[in-house]
Amino acid sequence: MTSTRTDPSTNPSTSAAGVVVVGGGQAGFSVVSALRSAGYDGPVTVFADEPHLPYQRPPLSKKAHTDRDGVRVDLVPESFYRERDIGLRLGDAVTAIDTAARTATTGQGLRVPYDHLVLATGARNRPLPVPGAELAGVHGLRSLDDALAIGRALTTARDVVVVGGGFIGLELARVAVAGGARVTVVELADRLLSRAVSPQLQEHLRERHERSGVRILTGTAVHAIEGTDRVRQVVTDRGPLPADLVVYGVGAAPRDELARAAGLAVDDGVIVDEQLRSITDPRVCAVGDCARHPHPHAEGLVRLESVQNAADQGALVGRRIAGSPSPYASLPWFWSDQGDVKLQIAGLRANTDEVRVAPGDSPERLAAYAFRDDRLVAVETLNWPAEHLAARRLLERRTPVSAADLAGSTLGALARARRAAEVRT
Amino acid sequence: MPIVIFELPDGTQRKVSAAPGTVLMQAAVSNGVEGIVAECGGNASCATCHVYVDDRHTARVGPPNDVEDEMLDFTAAERRPTSRLSCQIGLSDELDGLIVHVPEEQV
Repeated sequence: MTSTRTDPSTNPSTSAAGVVVVGGGQAGFSVVSALRSAGYDGPVTVFADEPHLPYQRPPLSKKAHTDRDGVRVDLVPESFYRERDIGLRLGDAVTAIDTAARTATTGQGLRVPYDHLVLATGARNRPLPVPGAELAGVHGLRSLDDALAIGRALTTARDVVVVGGGFIGLELARVAVAGGARVTVVELADRLLSRAVSPQLQEHLRERHERSGVRILTGTAVHAIEGTDRVRQVVTDRGPLPADLVVYGVGAAPRDELARAAGLAVDDGVIVDEQLRSITDPRVCAVGDCARHPHPHAEGLVRLESVQNAADQGALVGRRIAGSPSPYASLPWFWSDQGDVKLQIAGLRANTDEVRVAPGDSPERLAAYAFRDDRLVAVETLNWPAEHLAARRLLERRTPVSAADLAGSTLGALARARRAAEVRT
Repeated sequence: MPIVIFELPDGTQRKVSAAPGTVLMQAAVSNGVEGIVAECGGNASCATCHVYVDDRHTARVGPPNDVEDEMLDFTAAERRPTSRLSCQIGLSDELDGLIVHVPEEQV
């Protein structure tokens, strides 16, 4: 190192301005929680457009919620923020950033200075691009308010159409069928979860969902949603489907327009470096669903939509601002509970060239191991959390595992053997 | 309401009251107890809410279930005979006064 200048984005000395976090989801919460745990004592404020305390999003699609009191989803109680002197501005979104003046402006007209600004704005649902999508009884599912509205609708709905056979759609379909509704999933692609999991698991999942009573129409387009005051039917190229509730989940897009308007580099997400700093301005960083970043497990830049990514990136940025910088390298992992199916994914399966599927020790268990150049890079499991955890341990440590290593064995057995060997040496 | 005590790696104790019908992990998270990460929100999916039940209380708490037992082989901190996932410990008045020890690492 020839430079003696302090990197401003890792300087723990605090001025009066402190840290402004834009967004009150999992990523934003993780930033402020990590800042205080790491000893940062400057001002910390979270600005959130929703009126709710930061909450967990995963349960929203996995069970039916009918009232706020029945939904225990707050990440931590309000006292957590108070005790740590974390400012919460709920229902007051940041609407503009001036990176030269280092100020953020909010919808309620506040102008707030910052030393560090963290964009944790998340993603928004892609709209359903068909006529009638605005009818009453048609819902996207992202926020707590969405989940409450769907939960209330499910108490009376008889015919539920789920548009999109992705994670959210399949989770919600199982909730609805368990509640006694007739449920049809309409998916444009020829397979469920076509981009997310290996083809062998797609078929297996389809069987499991059909056995539970969910009707699945793949390779099917939705042309319109019809009704007078509220939804009555969904018009597809296999004919009309009666519906008194429609839930769609057809992908999400990063909320990166604030960064774009501020002149920061954006390309389907805020472009950041390995420490999650904007490549345009190191005083601004982005975490979670809205960040596009380099990752040692990926080729090129990736944008990941998961709780793990939001939590780990938020914590990394919190620690960096408090004075402990490190590059982002957490192993990506993901889970989805779809009725009696617990799907878990460890690693990134893009650009893999071989997938081996192995049954577990009981009929409902299955694992798919994905290899790139005969090296294990991702593992998908059904109802087999121990194998998922073994995969995480091995992939995190970058232990090379070839297809031959796995022949007739499981990662759990490999990991146990390896741990035993470590203990002996 | 049962009172449960989390002893942190540095020896400090966090005493929290928990609503019956909830699980030990939720009692920790609701009260901001450091070291109980609970990445998966309590679905027995991640093994980041690992605790060591105090030796005096293991009989009251009981053994892990089958899935939990397998998962405990892959916790970040070492597995011990008293290891449990706190999301799988349902709280009732019988567990009033329970002491658990929070491990050094969870992820």
